Amino acid sequence: MAFSRHTEDNLWTLIAAPTVWAFHFLLSYVVAAVECAPNSDIFEPIGGTRLLVAGITVIALVAIGFVLWRSIREWRYHGGGYRHNEDTDLDRERFLEFSTVLLAALSFVGVIFVAMPALTIWDCR
Amino acid sequence: MSATHDGRDAEELRKGQEERLNKVWETPKGWRYWSVVNNTEVGIWYTATSFAFMLFAGVLGLLARVQLAVPENDFLTASFYNQVYTLHGTVMMFLFAVPIFEAVAIVILPQMLGARDLPFPRLSAFGYWCFLIGGVFVSGSIFFGAAPEGGWFMYPPLTTQERFTPGYGPDIWLLGLSFIEVASIAAAVELIVGTLKCRPPGMRLNLMPLYAWYVLVVAGMILFAFPPLIAGDILFELERLFNWPFFDPERGGDPMLWQHLFWIFGHPEVYIVFLPAIALVAMIIPTFAQRPLIGYSWIVLAAVGTGFLSFGLWVHHMYATGLPSISLGFFSAASEAVAIPTGVQVFVFIATLLAGRVVNSVPMLFVSGALAVFVIGGLTGVMVALAPFDWQAHDTYFIVAHLHYVLIGGMLFPVVAGVYYYWPLVGSRRLSDRLGKIAFWLMLIGFNVAFFPMHLSGLMGMPRRVWTYPTGLGLDLPNLISTVGAFIFAAGILIIVFDILRPKGNQPYAERNTWNAGTLEWLSEVPGKSWGVRCVPIIKTRYPLWEQPGFMEDYDKGRFYLADAEELQRETMVTSVLDGEPVQCLRVPGPTFMTMIAAILLGAVFIFATFHWWEATLVAMVLTTISILVWLWRGTSLIPEKAEKDVGLGLSLPLYKSGPQSVGWWAMFITMVGDGTAFLSLVFGYFFFFTIHEDFPPTGAPTPGLLWPLVSLALTAGAWAAAWAALKTNKAGNVAVARVLMAGGTGLALAGGAALVWAPYGAGLDPVSHVYPATVWVLVIWTVAHAAVGALMLAYCLARSFAGRLTPVYDIDIENVALYWHFMAATGLITVAAIGLSPLAA
Repeated sequence: MAFSRHTEDNLWTLIAAPTVWAFHFLLSYVVAAVECAPNSDIFEPIGGTRLLVAGITVIALVAIGFVLWRSIREWRYHGGGYRHNEDTDLDRERFLEFSTVLLAALSFVGVIFVAMPALTIWDCR
Repeated sequence: MSATHDGRDAEELRKGQEERLNKVWETPKGWRYWSVVNNTEVGIWYTATSFAFMLFAGVLGLLARVQLAVPENDFLTASFYNQVYTLHGTVMMFLFAVPIFEAVAIVILPQMLGARDLPFPRLSAFGYWCFLIGGVFVSGSIFFGAAPEGGWFMYPPLTTQERFTPGYGPDIWLLGLSFIEVASIAAAVELIVGTLKCRPPGMRLNLMPLYAWYVLVVAGMILFAFPPLIAGDILFELERLFNWPFFDPERGGDPMLWQHLFWIFGHPEVYIVFLPAIALVAMIIPTFAQRPLIGYSWIVLAAVGTGFLSFGLWVHHMYATGLPSISLGFFSAASEAVAIPTGVQVFVFIATLLAGRVVNSVPMLFVSGALAVFVIGGLTGVMVALAPFDWQAHDTYFIVAHLHYVLIGGMLFPVVAGVYYYWPLVGSRRLSDRLGKIAFWLMLIGFNVAFFPMHLSGLMGMPRRVWTYPTGLGLDLPNLISTVGAFIFAAGILIIVFDILRPKGNQPYAERNTWNAGTLEWLSEVPGKSWGVRCVPIIKTRYPLWEQPGFMEDYDKGRFYLADAEELQRETMVTSVLDGEPVQCLRVPGPTFMTMIAAILLGAVFIFATFHWWEATLVAMVLTTISILVWLWRGTSLIPEKAEKDVGLGLSLPLYKSGPQSVGWWAMFITMVGDGTAFLSLVFGYFFFFTIHEDFPPTGAPTPGLLWPLVSLALTAGAWAAAWAALKTNKAGNVAVARVLMAGGTGLALAGGAALVWAPYGAGLDPVSHVYPATVWVLVIWTVAHAAVGALMLAYCLARSFAGRLTPVYDIDIENVALYWHFMAATGLITVAAIGLSPLAA
């Protein structure tokens, strides 16, 4: 079935947003570990690292935001709704779109959660 | 007249079909019974065995509680007490909590998907035998006083150095469990392919039972969570056996690496344990609320979301290790975030119960107990996810209380609910309502009496794992109460065991679909038939037994697909991932002893290695390889007698598929993803040392250089290209060229491996001297071992081609081997980049 100008959702598109979350998490961790792992000068401010985390966060939020925007738009275009238990291509598509919306929303919040320590922690203590 | 005549004909036809199905799926009698590979039998063995391990570990828990009942007790010696709590944790987590998921899924998933069996029954059987042998080996050690003493997470250097832990304890733990991890990964492969490819026609992703969603997520998690532990085990065992200093700070190692690798496994594992149990709840609640679950997509969100977030929590077990607080902050934030999807599940369940009319029953009782206990454990979880609170509670009985609330509420209660719910499918009769209720109240009361006071004793400062404590610290009473509670709890478990084991011969059979459920597993006849399903049904709804009129009658009359076994072969249907469109009629293999033999031989490899009997280990390795080759040669990618088969309702399906449409290709892909994760964990180890050391490799230390690694890379790339070209030329019909390529690829792979070994060997890297040469050697050995396996695979394809078992049309073998080589090429590239280029960067 062709949905013109629309993505046909599958399991990979479903996990796109949480995958972005995972990379954001991993990169934030690596950036901080590389800066702080030789724990020699723990009172030195790590402004550069914090900015880097902020940058990664913006990129991740934009990517997840794109997934969220796309899935909401397509879910609405295909009629929205919450049940999606019909035996049709359309309902399967709507189910995947709505689940993508939910997962993208969770990932968006998750990225913000993970980025918050970089707002308040100034050094390697 | 003629209508009756036709009716009689139809009746006769059905009888004939049922006879043929019975004959094909018959369970062997006598001693041959143990060659069974069918999911119904293997799944039951698996479940029973993991329950037996649970009872064993429960007794160990009681022993520990008796020791702690009064202050300054010497009921157990300190050393034996250490063995008791170490095995209690180890057995509960590795031999009960994870395997019970695989066990239950192997029993009910095919039924739930209207499949006759999972796609690789022999793999399930192999996994079961591995699990049994490894489990008995690990558990049995305590009877010889040789059990591990280092706690279930085996922190080095306590456990790596002979002077702290003499004897074989840690080796038994490591090798025994590594062996069992093989079984878990085998089950994960089986369950992912089963869920994605063996659903009945029409069961689209949006109609899949929620249990299957959970299975998919959890099996995927196993694939990424277990390999880091395998990698950690390899490093650990190399240190124990050969003194390679991965965790020894004096020679550049770091015990923190073990903690990282263990908890990258260990935290997702908590959810690997929790989600499948909650999946049972997601099946039980709709049945007893007598309505579909509210919020299907929200459960998918919760399962998938938890699956991802759970990989960002591992450091919350390591808050007290002195990591910088910005790192702790990331993990703390993720640990709080995971409460969102977990909470969503609980609310979905409550909403469904509120919207339905709840039928009172024992499974529901256990479900409600589970939710209550789990929520308490979840709340203390939110507390200990905060680093400052955790610093106070770390390594105290507060944590012991928290983890038992989570595991028993989130896993044991739901599993018992599942036992009461699904018993009629297994035993054809219901378990006793009265005994179930008594057991429930004993367990609920006993559990809270035992574990609630531990919050208090923990806050008072009682550390975990202490052998005894002095009187007068205020710990006497809470400990005594905990011990009393533990025995009340155990009494509840005993009643369940009695209820399961008591003879029920004079009790009538339960009626079919005894709880009036809506999903496919309840199609099962009473008493059950060995054929799995009478026919493969067409699905149009989420709860076909409720929502598709006349469904059970059509099913019983064989009006769907594959109602017959004309060729007397075991068959099931393969469908497409998104919409469940029929793709293939898959022939699945029947009984064999090969799986058991292969598992025994592989077990021998691990057991001999534990005791350092190296010659015997090598012999067992060779025999294991031979047994697996025999198994594959005789039982896989068999060429069918015809290309297509009529599966009923006018549909004809191919009997053989290769490449991305075949289940074997997916199994290879999934296995290699897990294998690749283990490899990346070793690479993580290399870069972990790279970041913590000012100079890595140490200045002046010999390095493998660039020449030989690059030579090896070129040869490996050649083998990869040969494998790919062999696939293409064979498909095009140029069998002779393909054979040359297979032979050439074998040679190139072996030469590439040899060149890679020569790089560190020729440069004189001594793995005992420092962690740098040791990590280089680990990456090299891993890569070379994979190159050797790749060479063996190409040689196998060559032999299959000469034997006429691999042809241009029937080419599963070379398709899968070419896929393996993509992963192998990536492994070679990453290894060469790491060992060859990183010294230049330093």
